[in-house]
Amino acid sequence: MASTEASVAPTPLLKDELDIVIPTIRNLDFLEMWRPFFQPYHLIIVQDGDPSKTINVPEGFDYELYNRNDINRILGPKASCISFKDSACRCFGYMVSKKKYIFTIDDDCFVAKDPSGKAINALEQHIKNILSPSTPHFFNTLYDPYREGADFVRGYPFSLREGAKTAVSHGLWLNIPDYDAPTQLVKPRERNTRYVDAVMTIPKGTLFPMCGMNLTFDRELIGPAMYFGLMGDGQPIGRYDDMWAGWCMKVICDHLGLGVKTGLPYIWHSKASNPFVNLKKEYKGIFWQEEIIPFFQSAVLPKDCTSVQKCYLELSKQVKEKLAKVDPYFDKLADAMVTWIEAWDELNPAGAGASAPLPNGQKA
Amino acid sequence: MRTPPSLLSLTIDLALHNLSNISDLSPVPDHILLDLFLRTLRAGKLTEKVLKLFMATGKDEVLSLIEALNIQHIVIPVLPTTNIKDAEVDIVIGALHSDLTAFLNEWKPVFSRFHLIIVKDPDLLEELQIPEGFNLDVYTKSDIDQVAGSSTSILFSGYSCRYFGYLISRKKYIISVDDDCIPARDANGVLVDIVAQHITNLATPATPFFFNTLYDPYRKGADFVRGYPFSMRSGVECGLSCGLWLNLADYDAPTQALKPEQKNSRYVDAVLTVPAGALMPVSGINMAFNRELVGPALLPALRLAGEGKLRWETVEDIWSGMCVKVICDHLGLGVKSGLPYVWRKERGNAIESLKKEWEGVKLMEEVVPFFQSIQLQRSATTAEDCVVEMAKTVKEQLGQTDPMFARAAEAMVEWVKLWKAVQSS
Repeated sequence: MASTEASVAPTPLLKDELDIVIPTIRNLDFLEMWRPFFQPYHLIIVQDGDPSKTINVPEGFDYELYNRNDINRILGPKASCISFKDSACRCFGYMVSKKKYIFTIDDDCFVAKDPSGKAINALEQHIKNILSPSTPHFFNTLYDPYREGADFVRGYPFSLREGAKTAVSHGLWLNIPDYDAPTQLVKPRERNTRYVDAVMTIPKGTLFPMCGMNLTFDRELIGPAMYFGLMGDGQPIGRYDDMWAGWCMKVICDHLGLGVKTGLPYIWHSKASNPFVNLKKEYKGIFWQEEIIPFFQSAVLPKDCTSVQKCYLELSKQVKEKLAKVDPYFDKLADAMVTWIEAWDELNPAGAGASAPLPNGQKA
Repeated sequence: MRTPPSLLSLTIDLALHNLSNISDLSPVPDHILLDLFLRTLRAGKLTEKVLKLFMATGKDEVLSLIEALNIQHIVIPVLPTTNIKDAEVDIVIGALHSDLTAFLNEWKPVFSRFHLIIVKDPDLLEELQIPEGFNLDVYTKSDIDQVAGSSTSILFSGYSCRYFGYLISRKKYIISVDDDCIPARDANGVLVDIVAQHITNLATPATPFFFNTLYDPYRKGADFVRGYPFSMRSGVECGLSCGLWLNLADYDAPTQALKPEQKNSRYVDAVLTVPAGALMPVSGINMAFNRELVGPALLPALRLAGEGKLRWETVEDIWSGMCVKVICDHLGLGVKSGLPYVWRKERGNAIESLKKEWEGVKLMEEVVPFFQSIQLQRSATTAEDCVVEMAKTVKEQLGQTDPMFARAAEAMVEWVKLWKAVQSS
């Protein structure tokens, strides 16, 4: 049974099945570095801030771009659920996409190098992660057993080795770590230099802080749960958009038996945001978190919630019941969660086929 | 007006400040050398290296001053200061091979500071061969029989002999490694000190209630990420540290038989807490635990009918590990997994082992749902209480399906009795 060095099948590009969603308020210069890896894909740019400003997209990319005027036009009154002056607006891109997979990345994230000095194709790793199963029901001590060179360890039940479908692939960052403002203030010079060569499934029943900087998900499996909340202008809180989406998403994935992976790939995070500005944004969140976490940890979804939308609407009800007493913001947020689902279903009617690709720049 | 320091004085001060960068003092004029030596003494900077530097000049005045002051070379190496005293650690080795010479010599750089407990597999007939240079105690069949009684001593055959070491140890921390493993080297080629890493894992808090995406937040260069609740950042005590293996990973027989060439060459530079409520296979090959917190929960109970002397032919550690994880979750303690790595040597034939281990593979299908659903009573506040309760539940729920489990439940009860008896003696 001796096997020679098995040739590993190349990772499929998925270029017609994946959209790259990028929120931006400044410019898209960072795309130049990503060109070798991103050029085959369609981009959805969500322009935050002043809609009269022109965001220049580097030549050669196939894209659609939405500014605030477009968001208002397309969603009408429902546009109230999409944040303004916060990268949370990116979830609008998830809603208008017609593809199966979404990869989202921040405009201050660049190509990282692995310990051998090789440039990391983050998208390729995300695709590997999302196309292979997850193992949420039992922890494998050798991490992702589907990776080349790894497997299930002794004692791992065979009946669980088929794994679960992977809904989310959460990547990490070298250089500027994703710390909260207090930690940034205490450790302004700390850089993440440790390359941990692992992908692993976050066990069922365990929550984690999901960072939106380097993230891929299966829109068909979990899309409607990826609402990034009400943040930024006119809102009492910021920098909790991806956190909120992550907690909702994980509760729903656990309920539906889907898997969430974290670890590789790494990107290079270049910009450290101002910790004092961050502190102002996060301030309320730091206290509210202490109520929010127990809420999500104990959230139970009834058996008849068999779709993501049903789960999400149920969660929004529970948010209104249990978190509104923490602050009226949660009442608004619960309403926005409902609006989001309504908008999602409007733009993504069940059974609709993929629409024809639009010429560059033209909006839906 | 204060006299400003002379240029010479400033130069000597600068030399003192940069002493670590100087490799040769012989060109320095005698009187300056002497002055530098005296200032070094006064500044408390006379280390072994610096002393050698001065002596190497061969200058009489300096040498006679050293003699007059009775300055001596340090012979005993200065031990690194850690929060854990070496005296709190026992290293327990279950000897399934009689010749431990190569094994122990490989581990000498890591083990020599500590006390070792070597427990000889009671089924092993040959005399143990142990090299010099270690502080150790050896236990054989007769010791086991004496302490456990000959009827209970069946518990300690094969790989389970190591549990006898855990039983009679009096230390706070136990580190246990199989006798077919040697030290690994990390990505930089540096020898992995499994004792130091396991101790660090056990002595720093665990974070079982919320997953930190940068893994162990207490490691240098890492921290809790944005969104990690502040109230959970002090963590809980770590009860168990599970290490990993390079080269021959701990796969089961079917997997290894299918992929005989597959070796684990991936060094994952992380330690992480396995979340509360998540179960995992705990391998007995390379692990450490806080005996005071979870001692009795590491127990020899599930023995396969065809259990053999290769890890592929056992599930005793998997059973024990499930008990420990459930108990840690119940008591609010943490379990870590990841570093350190050991290098595991190849031996055995997976296909041969398949004939024996299939039984274990089958059993796991019943075992896992059981452990996933077990609820321990609030009144069980110690590891001992938890084991007793667990044994009862095993007997009631699993004992009916297979006599193997009924025997395991009995073994757990025997074990706790023995544990209590030995602790109080």
